[in-house]
Amino acid sequence: MTATPSGGGTVVSPLSTPGEGGGLRDVFRDWFLLKLLVRKEIKVRYRGSVLGLLWSYVKPLMQFLVYFVALGIFLNLQGSTPNYAIYLFSGIILVNFFVEVLGNSTRSIVDNRDLIRKIYLPRELFPVSTLLVSAIHFLPQTLVLIGACLMAGWAPSILQLAAVVLAFIIVGVLATGLGLLFGAANVYFRDSENIVDMILMIVTWASPVLYTWTMVEQALGPYFFLYQLNPMTVAVEIFHWGFWYPTLNADQIAAAPVMNGLASVWAPVALGISLVILFVGQLVFRKLSVRFAQEL
Amino acid sequence: MQEKMLAITCRDVRKKFVLRHTRSLKEALVWFVRGRKGDMYKVFDALRDVSLDVHQGETVALLGLNGSGKSTLLKLISGVLQPDAGTVRTRGRVAGLIEVGAGFHHDLSGRDNVYLNGAILGMSEKQINEMFDSIVEFAEIGEFIDTEVKFYSSGMYLRLAFSIAVHTDPEIFLIDEILAVGDEPFQRKCIAKIKELAEAGKTLFVVSHDLDLVSTVCERGVLLEHGNVVLDGPVDEVVSELRRRSAAAT
Repeated sequence: MTATPSGGGTVVSPLSTPGEGGGLRDVFRDWFLLKLLVRKEIKVRYRGSVLGLLWSYVKPLMQFLVYFVALGIFLNLQGSTPNYAIYLFSGIILVNFFVEVLGNSTRSIVDNRDLIRKIYLPRELFPVSTLLVSAIHFLPQTLVLIGACLMAGWAPSILQLAAVVLAFIIVGVLATGLGLLFGAANVYFRDSENIVDMILMIVTWASPVLYTWTMVEQALGPYFFLYQLNPMTVAVEIFHWGFWYPTLNADQIAAAPVMNGLASVWAPVALGISLVILFVGQLVFRKLSVRFAQEL
Repeated sequence: MQEKMLAITCRDVRKKFVLRHTRSLKEALVWFVRGRKGDMYKVFDALRDVSLDVHQGETVALLGLNGSGKSTLLKLISGVLQPDAGTVRTRGRVAGLIEVGAGFHHDLSGRDNVYLNGAILGMSEKQINEMFDSIVEFAEIGEFIDTEVKFYSSGMYLRLAFSIAVHTDPEIFLIDEILAVGDEPFQRKCIAKIKELAEAGKTLFVVSHDLDLVSTVCERGVLLEHGNVVLDGPVDEVVSELRRRSAAAT
């Protein structure tokens, strides 16, 4: 017979091993803490600034203007690409989302070292909360884009809208997977941050954000599939298909073909690659996270 | 016949630390290629085959000189660190008065920090709502609760952090050098609170260098030396043994 604890009537919990994490599942079980961490990030990011959250609009708009003036007007890409402003902005906001998630989640473990060294929490909380914070910053930018699209006569189909959501999920999964991988590696070698900075620099140019994919196809020829294997390329193209195409008239659409097999082949491939990266990222993260507290 | 259930059980726990000498991938690669792998790190044992059982409701003082492995053992029990060998198992929620205020954010108000830190220490939203007034009252923060904590005096900061920690209501309390919080009246209040917790049947696991204090709070003492348990018994015996040893060392 086992003795009941002095409280009486309380449920006796079994012996368990402290600090044994269940990975990403643990994070969503502790929804309340996740919510507070996200709220903290949002409150803290623009503390003491006059414009506050407006910076989340100002920065992408400025970035957009620079590209539009330099590429659209000086290099005259708007001559060959109708509605170039919408083309450009729909790609930029998706890449910005990727950049924010990957950049911040890579730093999230090292930045929260005080907490990680002292209290056990599912460590995945930190990369995941950066994902949610970035998603919250992504929303207002999407609203600006939708506003611009509506002015240009945007009339998307249900399928196109669903594809846009899928592209967003692909980017979120991809960036979180890479963020887990590089965030964990960053604890051991701070070089990881610089590798990520480099990836972030490349990503704008490695997907058809500023130019159109047909230019790449001409240049790469039979190796074009390598370019298509980049999930960011597919996601950005889906955004173009969802936001930019529905604003074009019949003549313009004929001159701007959709990538072959975008929805039927490349979207599932991109999702698959992103899920594999997330799986690998989580696996590496779990393996490395056991020693975070002593390595930080 | 088992009279009380186990709250913490450590079996042959071993923990070694690797002191790395480089954080750069380049240096690590160069050293690796040149066969200077040994230069990359040094290993030392913080705990060697420690076995320890703590039953529910026991108050245990973990004693030892600096570097004996006390804090390491505490971190293993809290789950922050994982043992290299052996097992650590605990029953129920473990929370620590370990370096209070670790989860504080300077740019948030006291109120936000109560919620954030409470959640970090494992409280639910409902629990924090219920405890909120009691936390603020115990901390003697009053109207400053809506001020950002960076404007708090160090005493207010520690009082609030301590107050949150004691209100988390876990089954097992880990306490590391926390009893030196604030001024004397507040210290007395803290100690009274800790004794109250002990009387309420909570398991306490205390690390402190204040030997007089731990002998009033705890019943059982465990003496660690160089990562080994050298003595385990009534707190008074262990304290006098530690005093004898440190006198001999000087």
